[in-house]
Amino acid sequence: MRNEDRHIIEVENLVKKFGDLTAVNDISFFVREGEIFGFLGPNGAGKTTTINILCTLMRPTSGRATLNGFDVVRQQNQVRRSIGVVFQDPSLDIALTGIQNLYIHAYAYGVPPSVRKQRIEEVLRLVDLSDVGNKTVRDYSGGMRRRLEVARGLLHFPKVLFLDEPTLGLDPQTRHALWDYLLNVRKREGITLFLTTHYMDEALVADRIAIIDYGKIVALDTPDALKRMIGGDIISLKTEEAEAAMAEIRNQFGLDVQRDREGVFFEVPNGEEFIPLLMNNLKTKLHSISVRRPTLDDVFLKLTGHDIRGEEGGDAAMRRQWAMHSARDRGRR
Amino acid sequence: MGNALGSGSGKKITLRELQGLYIIWYRDLLRFWRNKGRLLGSFVMPLLFLVIFGSGIASSMAGLVGGGVAFNYIQFMFPGIIGMVVLTAAIMSGVSIVWDREFGFLKEVMVAPISRTTVAIGRTLGGATIATIQGLLMLVFIPFVHISVSIGQVLLILPLMFIMAFALTAMGILIASRIRSMETFQVIMQLLLFPMIFISPAMFPTQFLPSWLGIAVKINPVSYAIDSLRQSLTTMPGFGISIFGHPMSIAEDVALVALFALIMVSLAVWSFGRQE
Repeated sequence: MRNEDRHIIEVENLVKKFGDLTAVNDISFFVREGEIFGFLGPNGAGKTTTINILCTLMRPTSGRATLNGFDVVRQQNQVRRSIGVVFQDPSLDIALTGIQNLYIHAYAYGVPPSVRKQRIEEVLRLVDLSDVGNKTVRDYSGGMRRRLEVARGLLHFPKVLFLDEPTLGLDPQTRHALWDYLLNVRKREGITLFLTTHYMDEALVADRIAIIDYGKIVALDTPDALKRMIGGDIISLKTEEAEAAMAEIRNQFGLDVQRDREGVFFEVPNGEEFIPLLMNNLKTKLHSISVRRPTLDDVFLKLTGHDIRGEEGGDAAMRRQWAMHSARDRGRR
Repeated sequence: MGNALGSGSGKKITLRELQGLYIIWYRDLLRFWRNKGRLLGSFVMPLLFLVIFGSGIASSMAGLVGGGVAFNYIQFMFPGIIGMVVLTAAIMSGVSIVWDREFGFLKEVMVAPISRTTVAIGRTLGGATIATIQGLLMLVFIPFVHISVSIGQVLLILPLMFIMAFALTAMGILIASRIRSMETFQVIMQLLLFPMIFISPAMFPTQFLPSWLGIAVKINPVSYAIDSLRQSLTTMPGFGISIFGHPMSIAEDVALVALFALIMVSLAVWSFGRQE
């Protein structure tokens, strides 16, 4: 039934502006049916704005997007029936029980009465909440609430489940557990997962990742292919004489060296073999040497020139996000 | 053939919207039912008004009015109290959308395959139903007020309360779709609730008011809703509202309130639909 060649989401030249601020700047991509697709980028990069457009909550300034073959602007109801959404912020009615939340959702999405009860039990079981279905959501823990939102998002047999920073604000253990549930959901329901995150380890779960920064997609590939963009291993040297070390490595090995807070780092094809070479030729005094395989952090840094947690572009990113929020608020009036 | 197909899917969509309408209404009632505190709380204000305010005013008025005809202030005030309960419950219900936004549930509603119009009307019906129930519950005070109310009178005030509640819930939604913060919400409630109740014949006869206040009473749509309740529940001639010397009948009161309801729900639907 699932067809991996089919593009469940297609986005062409999508632009969203809030006043002078371009939150999403001419992005195009597609998502294959059944894959886990990750949007990776710092806060304020335009991830949530893109999701909001795909979920029909916002209209794009220009460009077009289709989901399950339906246009997100002109065929809103069909799109809405095709998707489940787990928002970044909580969206449950905490005064009601878990089952009541699901019942309302089932009704609103027209889940046939004949399967309603059975389906509610099924999704509750899927996220391990069967025991507490009749408890008021106010008494749920943060992780349980998230899981209930996942269950709710799945209830009406959607084609795509959107997860906007699904583990934000959860402790590491709960994050891990949630991911176990999500991977199980994907296996059992065979649906497409579209997630945004700024956690690198979370993005690694994805089949393909789009790296987004300042409203632009700067790279889109499988996690492995993205890591191969870094030419091998990364060697970091801790030293107080970073300038001297940089000059030496440039002159002696002809390598491209960059600075970080504690010293310098550079890429080499084979880290373990390079260390003896380095030891024999380097005169600068070092505190330590470390070799590691490239991570998505490195990819992100290389592509955007700044850290994803925004130590460098931090202020600019923060200003941008603030501007986006206030522009959004103005737009509502 | 294309035509037949079109009307077929049209019917399906209408059914879905009706289901949506039902579930939005149902949620409001479910929340109301689960919140027993709110239910109990709704008795406190009217009780205070009837027992303390009512007794106090009644005893001081007894000497003033006189003229042979005994004026029973508590009986006069009782329909006003019902009106006050319905008004407060309705506006609160409408404005509770602000809470839904605060706690995020509004997003779940906004992304559901139900039109904004259906959501707004569903909420209005839900709030109106709750407010009507609360108004109806005030009838437990009848023994203390010493009036006799027939089943027929109860059946008559039911739709009256509902139309009034419908109008005011819609007004609440209209306001809620315009405001963003809980602070603004508090201010608006104060600025709205009290004038609407006190610039009306709810608590005192309006015949003896200074003319500027009398005009304000006649502009306030709540006045007519309360007038219709009072005419239905009590037989006190001479305390009704009149426009240009013409005393309003129950039917005329209802017509005005219904017109107000129509305007409010249209504005609420329009304003709610414009939110992004």
